[in-house]
Order: sequence, then structure tokens, then C-alpha cells
Amino acid sequence: MHALFADSFAALGRLDNITLVMVFHPQYLESFLKTQHYLLQMDGPLPLHYRHYIGIMAAARHQCSYLVNLHVNDFLHVGGDPKWLNGLENAPQKLQNLGELNKVLAHRPWLITKEHIEGLLKAEEHSWSLAELVHAVVLLTHYHSLASFTFGCGISPEIHCDGGHTFRPPSVSNYCICDITNGNHNVDEMQVNSAGNVSVSDSFFEVEALMEKMKQLQECRDEEEASQEEMASRFEIEKRESMFVFSPDDEEVTPARDVSRHFEDTSYGYKDFSRHGMHVPTFRVQDYCWEDHGYSLVNRLYPDVGQLIDEKFHIAYNLTYNTMAMHKDVDTSMLRRAIWNYIHCMFGIRYDDYDYGEINQLLDRSFKVYIKTIVCTPEKVTKRMYDSFWRQFKHSEKVHVNLLLIEARMQAELLYALRAITRYMT
Amino acid sequence: MEKMSRVSTALGGNVLTGRTMHCHLDAPANAISVCRDAAQVVVAGRSIFKIYSIEDEQFVEKLNLRVGRKPSLNLSCADVVWHQMDENLLATAATNGVVVTWNLGRPSRNKQDQLFTEHKRTVNKVCFHPAEAHMLLSGSQDGFMKCFDLRRKDSVSTFSGQSESVRDVQFSIRDYFTFASTFENGNVQLWDIRRPDRCERMFTAHNGPVFCCDWHPEDRGWLATGGRDKMVKVWDVTTPRAREVHCVQTIASVARVKWRPECRHHLATCSMMVDHNIYVWDVRRPFVPAAMFEEHRDVTTGIAWRHPHDPSFLLSGSKDSTLCQHLFRDASQPVERANPEGLCYGLFGDLAFAAKESLVASESGRKPYAGDRRHPIFFKRKLDPAEPFAGLASSALSVFETEAGGSCMSWFVDTARRYALAGRPLAELCDHNAKVARELGRNQVAQTWTMLRIIYCSPGLVPSTNLNHSVGKGSSCGLPLINSFNLKEMAPGLGSETRLDRSKGDTRSDTVLLDSSATLITNEDNEETEGSDVPADYLLGDVEGDDEELYLLDPDHTHPEEPEYVLPQEAFPLRHEIVDTPPGPEHLQDKADSPHVSGSEADAVSLAPVDSSFSLISVSHTLYDNRLPPDFFSALVRDMLRFYAEQGDVQMAVSVLIVLGERVRKDIDEQAQEHWYTSYIDLLQRFRLWNVSNEVVKLSTSRAISCLNQASTSLHVNCSHCKRPMSGRGWVCGRCHRCASMCAVCHHVVKGLFVWCQGCSHGGHLQHIMKWLEGSSHCPAGCGHLCEYS
Repeated sequence: MHALFADSFAALGRLDNITLVMVFHPQYLESFLKTQHYLLQMDGPLPLHYRHYIGIMAAARHQCSYLVNLHVNDFLHVGGDPKWLNGLENAPQKLQNLGELNKVLAHRPWLITKEHIEGLLKAEEHSWSLAELVHAVVLLTHYHSLASFTFGCGISPEIHCDGGHTFRPPSVSNYCICDITNGNHNVDEMQVNSAGNVSVSDSFFEVEALMEKMKQLQECRDEEEASQEEMASRFEIEKRESMFVFSPDDEEVTPARDVSRHFEDTSYGYKDFSRHGMHVPTFRVQDYCWEDHGYSLVNRLYPDVGQLIDEKFHIAYNLTYNTMAMHKDVDTSMLRRAIWNYIHCMFGIRYDDYDYGEINQLLDRSFKVYIKTIVCTPEKVTKRMYDSFWRQFKHSEKVHVNLLLIEARMQAELLYALRAITRYMT
Repeated sequence: MEKMSRVSTALGGNVLTGRTMHCHLDAPANAISVCRDAAQVVVAGRSIFKIYSIEDEQFVEKLNLRVGRKPSLNLSCADVVWHQMDENLLATAATNGVVVTWNLGRPSRNKQDQLFTEHKRTVNKVCFHPAEAHMLLSGSQDGFMKCFDLRRKDSVSTFSGQSESVRDVQFSIRDYFTFASTFENGNVQLWDIRRPDRCERMFTAHNGPVFCCDWHPEDRGWLATGGRDKMVKVWDVTTPRAREVHCVQTIASVARVKWRPECRHHLATCSMMVDHNIYVWDVRRPFVPAAMFEEHRDVTTGIAWRHPHDPSFLLSGSKDSTLCQHLFRDASQPVERANPEGLCYGLFGDLAFAAKESLVASESGRKPYAGDRRHPIFFKRKLDPAEPFAGLASSALSVFETEAGGSCMSWFVDTARRYALAGRPLAELCDHNAKVARELGRNQVAQTWTMLRIIYCSPGLVPSTNLNHSVGKGSSCGLPLINSFNLKEMAPGLGSETRLDRSKGDTRSDTVLLDSSATLITNEDNEETEGSDVPADYLLGDVEGDDEELYLLDPDHTHPEEPEYVLPQEAFPLRHEIVDTPPGPEHLQDKADSPHVSGSEADAVSLAPVDSSFSLISVSHTLYDNRLPPDFFSALVRDMLRFYAEQGDVQMAVSVLIVLGERVRKDIDEQAQEHWYTSYIDLLQRFRLWNVSNEVVKLSTSRAISCLNQASTSLHVNCSHCKRPMSGRGWVCGRCHRCASMCAVCHHVVKGLFVWCQGCSHGGHLQHIMKWLEGSSHCPAGCGHLCEYS
């Protein structure tokens, strides 16, 4: 852990709060830092200031002032033109062109078509090369999902940054943080516990019930075999249901002033996969999956990055300590798979070999609300949501869930973007 | 009965006929498999499952196995296999984890036979036992392999790979009980079908998933595997440790691999992504595919040899919804298109050249100079009798050595160092460069610069007296400088290169000079003199006498005896159609250069061209004075730049390009500019003129060039305390946790210019180290190392 911190500090010249939260899972953190370092600092088709600017664009899509501020500093540090920060329209045409992809990718990745790609690659003197585009896409997806993480774990600004030393709500929406980042870990744990105390017996049963369900599913899986139609309809149900799962307080949050300048179109937000009029065919993982197709494409156009991201996905997906709240030696693979597939389901990605009925059994409503909010509209997450799901679970476990969420989201976005690129190429 | 007879003909007489053909499917295919009678093929995919019969001229759809209205996931096939013993039996692997068997002998429309729903995840592969009628093996994403007996309702045994997803399973063709399975984590396992508890052997074959494997049909224990790491490897698993016998590097991840029947070393591959072609490789020749099929427009997903004993028919299915039959004789052979010639410079300007022996042999028969300064050395590779590419296997390697004397390109280095490319007004730049060129004795170049100034700078700023003065001065000092400049020395390096590149008939001329300041050919024997423009040699290679050769270079001078020679003019389009000075001098020089004139005599007449060009200058000057805009000359300037570039003097081309900037850039196409830039930068780097090359990169406006500065900017250094390589994470050493960039002299952290000794890793502020090493030769850190500063 110490070595990780030292590495991170040496690479960035700072130890940001994201690192401090992620260090709950050092194995993942290492891979995460390695990837991020490679994306931002090592050889790549894009110039350094472009990379940070793209990071700013991506984070601004979710009004994540924390990441924006962080990268504004980096951007200026590597010699970026301060004028660009006044808004996307001040940036070069090339980056402006990327705005559309950024928007679609962040909110409705299933709408990406090869026309989007073609538009970027064939724009005369402002056109992107394939390698540059892949680099940009990886950066965009990385920062979209990192914004999710920032909100999901309530990362507060660095102590020396604006807002870091105040007790004002740290980011745009009003939620508190789990404060581990500022060192008073224990205090916070107590706070959370006391908050949840009211229903401590309830939440105790929550865990028990979840474990029971997992056991049941494990056992009866072989016996009860759902018919084909049922399996198919379960996916549809889950998909449809996911759109009703939404935070009750749907009030519009006005984006913070300093961030909004990067928006061209605030009205463009997440729309449910199946709600809006046009029909988008389901994305079948068996036809285009990361391991076989996405990896090969990324590694071809932006060498080594495919490998790094692949490792990161792998670690995130397989990370387990075989514990659940106070229980030890639990096989959590089923739960993890349910979470992963639920997120992909929200993006309209279907696994032929998965029974989507399991999701309903394993994930309760408050958890679904949390997942959905973090993945689709992270800026609306509140402290209440964070507290209200899985009350008995430890913070480290909730961070673990967040890691799963952001990696699943990143993969979903990447899959859509890469599929479009592949279609463009063939 | 009918079926039986067809089978016997196919097997016995080996009378497969057909042609390269394809048919359109309704949906993308995921896998194909051939019936053992080689007359039918089954195609399976997410929404297709059909049997086609292969006729001579076309594919004919015979049966659609997708029956029923509702699409079922059981029919969404990831793989299909046709039993090689029983032609009524098929098995498919479904993406939802179901294994289905099909019996074509069933009377009803629905041929579905049995359904095994034991796998929890997608089944990636199914495989029938080659000899056993009822044994079916499946490998799934959930990490299990299951063996089914088709006479029973469930699996006989389950094999757990104890690792990740199974990507392929294949029964060994030779060993009855053995099968191989490949995994997503790069492992290959060998199992005994009788022992489900653990695998017989496991080895790591690839970095990343192993997508496919295939047992060799004849060589027992040879297993080919293909992976995401773009490799095909051939393993010998008969030895106690699996041994890698061959390795083929492809350009994309390998999705399928199939040994070619009757050809011991051939295998066919297709890729998962990006690349749509099917390649047939000779594993002993791993760099160039033996054959290539380019019919598909999207990735190929399934390949199968039509008959197990016929090497010429290959069937393939693809994501582009076509089914193809490829004939081997129609394949394209990349070898034929390969350029079997290699050319490389040595450290000291030696040149090695390898080519097909036949080519070199015909030429060496004519070489009359044995004791010359170039020494061709010939190596001959011994022929391998098994080698099927006999024609290409023999090659000759010639090595040409340069005469000692490294200063032959000093004009280039000097010019590069002294030219001013930016930062001053155009007129000054031109003047400066002209001066530099003149001082180096390159009069033509100097005049070009002067002219550029006249063309592009406002005439008021250039008093004509000054102009006359500068030109006059140029001409007056031209003679002595040219004489002092040894033209012969620079010839071998450049000259031989051109000759080898362009033609074979050109070897007679001993020295070819490519310097554009004076295209002048001197021959030591003075026997045969030729122009450096090799195309001319091509055009009139049969001309016998010296006079005619001279005539070539001098089309103005009409030869009464041979009026039919109009071709030569085409070889020199730049010289005669324009009133531009650059061609002037050499034109005249060539005229003056009689066949028996010695080199120095040629130099002596070099005053003449200068005069003539001077008159030309005055003409253009007056023209400009009157009313012509600078644009008028852009075509001339463009042709001039092209001329220099073609002469091999990219330095001039690039320098003018940079100095003139926007004025001419739009007239010259991007690619040519880029090409000049890259060649010039390459040359500069060969002469270690790093600063100049960097300046050129910086000043270039072409995007592809200016991004050169951004690539591979990392610097590998050792920590000065522990002497171990820094982990690449900036300025703190990962091992001793100390700041590595301390100045050894003043012991402060260095910010800004830092100089490092490559021997002892100590360093510091540039000025400090320079000062220190003036007084002492030892390292300032006291480590005892004798540091050198250069």
C-alpha cells in the first residue's frame, strides 16, 4: 500500500482522494494507476494537453467539478492554452467535433453509429486518425466512469483546492461523504452506523436474506429450467424495470457555473434504453465482446492499452475477499455477476447465457436505485442513497461495488464505441 | 444407395470438382462444418442454420434446420460440427449454454434430436470423437468440458479446467483417448477421456486467450494453437515437456486454425478482427503466407477443408453473410508480390545489397572491374531439398565498400549547420543561405537562393547593384572553390545507391555524382561517361558511341544523323521547358563536357554557365519589376524544388520550402512535402545533426512530421544512488526513495537542463558539470568514474 502511494505520488506529484479511497482494494488500484498513467503520460497518439482536455470534457458531461478542477490544473501545467477553458467553442475544431461523441457516449452509447465515427475521421483538416480516436474514446470512457466513482463514493476536493477545506457540500449536489478521504475514518463509520441504527435488525436480516437467496439460486438452478421465451422476456422485464427505478427526488440540479462552460447541450441526458421512441436492437455480447473483439481492436490501434484495460476489467470482475458484511467464506461470484450484468442490461447489452431473473432475486430496490443513479446520472447521487443500500456492509465493500459499477460502465461504453469503429472499418 | 455411391467416388477416385464460388446467406455465419462425403456443408450462426450442397457451379440450399416460428436461443449457434462417421448426425453449441444434436434421418421437419442443458454459460465448441459414433465433447465459457454419450440423456463425465473459460476442445486424431482444450488465460490442457479428475498435462501456450487448436492429421502429437496474441504455434506434445516447434506471427488475433490435408507443413488461419483474409501458411516459412484468399468483406468466422484428403478445396463462412469455396490454384500468393531484394547501409557507409541470384548473376557476368574499389562479395545459400520455394531460396549478397575518407559529405553537414531557416526576414535568410552555399562552392544553389530573394522580396529593397555584385562575386569565386571541392569522394555512397535502386544496366559508370550544384560526371578512366539520370540509360541503352550519349544530355543540339530520337526530351522535362537557372549551368557544362575531357577540364569551363544564368536573372528581374506578381513564378519554383529533390538534394528542397513557407506550400502536394521532410530528417539524423533535424521538425508545417517530436520522448536513466534503472515514474527512485536528480557539484535538485553521465549515472547542472570536467576528468560525485563530456 505504501509503495502504491509512493508510485502514485511520484507519477502525479500528488496523492488524490480517488487514490486514497481506492486503496481499499490495492490490487485494483495498482492496475488502475498503471492504466491511468499510461493513458495520460506515456507514448500515445494524442498530445498531452489534448488528453487532459478530453478528460475535462468527459468529466464535465457529468458535472463532476472535482475531476474537472484536477485536470484543469494538469492541462495548464502541460502547457495547454487557457483560452480553451472558456468553453468548447474556444477549443480547436477537432476537439469540438469530439463533443458530439462525448455526449452520446456518456448518456446513450447505444446510439453511436458508424456515421459518428466517419464524421470524426473524415473532417478534412480537422479529422482524427483512427489511433487518435481510439485514444480519445478510451479517455472519454475512463473519465465518464471515473466521474461515476467520484460521485458514488463522494470524493471531496483535495484539501488545498477550492472547497477542500470547507464544510460546504463538496460537489454540485448535496450529499455528504464517507470522509475516509480526510482521515477521520472511524468517526464516519460510527456516523453511518448510528444513522442506520434505527433499523439495525432490519438490515441484519437484509444480509441474511441475500445470502439465503444466493444459496437457493445456487441449488435450484439445475432443477428449475426456464423456457426460452421466459428467459427472453426476463431480460426485457429487467430492462423495462430498470427505467422505472429512479431516485424519487428528480428535481433538476443546476450545474455549477465553472463546469457548465464545457456543455453545449445540457438538455441531453440519459434516456432509458427502451423508453424513447425508436427501437434499438439489443447488443449481444456473444457477437461482440471485449475479450475477443474489443481487445484486438484497441491493441491494434493503441498498442498496450488493450492489455492494460483488459487486466483492469479482469481484476475488477474477479475481485473478491469471499466476505459479505460479517460473513466469511462466501462465494460472491453470483452477486458480482448479477451487478455486472444488471449494468450492461441498462445499456441494452444482453448475455445469452444469463438468466435475468437472478437479478431480481439478488438486487433489492434501493440498491438498484443506487446503481442506476451512479451509472446513468451520477451527479444526482445523494448521501441518503449511499447509506440506504446494503446497510450492514462495510465501506470497503461499498467501494468494491463502485469499482464493479464503473468498470462495467466503461466496458459497456467501450463496446458500443468500438463496435461502431469496427463497422466503420469493414 | 445413391448416397453410398457418391461417397465411394469421392473417397476412392478423389474426383472433387468445382470452382471458386460463393453464395449469399441470409445472416452472418458463426461456424461451418463439412459432411464427410465432401458434398454438403452446414452453416450455423445466430439466426441461420442451413445445409448447402456443393455443386460444381454453385451452392444449393438443401435444408433449413431452423424450424418453428419463435426464434429460440437454442438455435443461436456458436459452433456446429458434422459427425465424420455418421452423415446424419450433427451437433451445435448454443450461445445460451445448450448443446443440441440433430438427426437428419428423422422423418419430421424438425430434425432436433437431443438437448443437453448442463452448461451454465455459452458453449464455445463442440467436437465429435473421430472414431466413436456416440461420443460428443463440449467446452464452455463456465470453465467446464463435458463428454456426452448420445445414447444417454445426460453427460458421462465432466472435466473442470480449474481455470477460466474453455475456448476450444479437440479430440486427438491419432490417440484414441486424448483430447486438447484451450483456455481464455492462455493455457492448453491435455486430457485423458477416461480420467475426469485432472488433466494429464498443462502448459501455457499464449499470452492471452487461446482461441483455437487443431491436431495434425498425420504427425502424431503435433498440435497447432492460435491466440489473441496474433500467433500460431505448433507444439510437439509427445515429448515430456510440450515443445514449441514452429511459430507463425500473423497480423491479427487468430480465430481458427486448420491443418491442410496432404500438406504436412501447411495450415490455414483466419482472424477474429480487423483482417478479413484467410491465409495458408507454411509453418517453416513464418513470415510470408503461402497463399491468401481475399474474397470476404468481413471477418471470416469458419474455415474447413472440403475433404480430408484433398488439399485444394477450402470452404469458409463469414460475418459478411457469404459462404465461399476457395480453390487453391486461385489463391493469391504474396510471395510473388514480395520484393526479394534488400538494401542496407553499414556504419561507415558500406552498402550491402541482397537480391535474387539470377538477377545478380546476369549482371556480374559483365563486370569488368575486379580490382575496383567496390568489392562485391557473393554468398550463396544452400538449397534445402524440402523447400518448395526453390526459385526464391537462393539469393546473392553483395557488399560494396566505400573508400576511406569520411569527409565526403562535409558540404551537407556544413550546409545543414549554417543555413538559417527562420527568424529573420526572407531577404536576409536568402542572402545568408546564398552566402553559405557560395562559401561551400555550390554556386548553383547560391544563385537559386539569390533568385528566390529577387522573386519574393519587394524589388525596392534590393538595389540592382547589390544584386549584380553578389552574383558577380559568386561567379568569380566559383572556379577556385569548385576545384578545391573533391567531387569524386562523395560519389560512391550516393551513386551506388541510385544505381541499385533504379537499374541494373548502369554499373558501367564508375562514379555518379548527384550533387546538384554541378551535375558533373568524372570517370577515372575517362572512357565512358554517362549522365546521372538513369532513365536516360533506360531509354537508349543500345546507343553505342560516346557522341550519342552526349547527345542525350543535349537535346538542343540536333544531331543530323539521328533525327528520330525525340524520346530523350522526356527524360529531362525540367531542363528545357522553363527559363529557370538551376538547369542552366549543368546543361552547359554537359555540352562542354566532351567525352575525353578530364574532370578538371570540366571544372575549368564552369564559368560559362554562371554567366549565362546571370543573364537569365536579369531577364526575370526586369519582368518582375514591371508588373508580374510573385505568383507568376510559383510554378517555376515548384519545378525547381522537384528538380532538386529528384537530384537527391532534399536539403535544398526542404530548406527552400521552410524559408518560403506559405508562399509555395500550397503549390506542392502534401505527400511530396512529407516525403522530402522525412528523407531530409533521416539524412540529418544519420549525420547526427540532432539539433538541426529537430529544428526542421519544428519548422515543418506538415502534421505527420511535426508529431515526430512527440513520439518516444521517454528517457531511460539510472538512479544515481542505487545505480538501478528508474521505474519510469519521474524523479524519485522507486528503490531507494530518494530524489535522483541531484547535482553532483552543488548538491541541489536540478531543474532545467540536466546532464547525465551514461557510465556512472551521476550528473548535474549543465554549467556545473562542464566547468568541473574542464578541471578534472573524474566524476564530481567521487565515484572514481572517468566521465567524458562531449
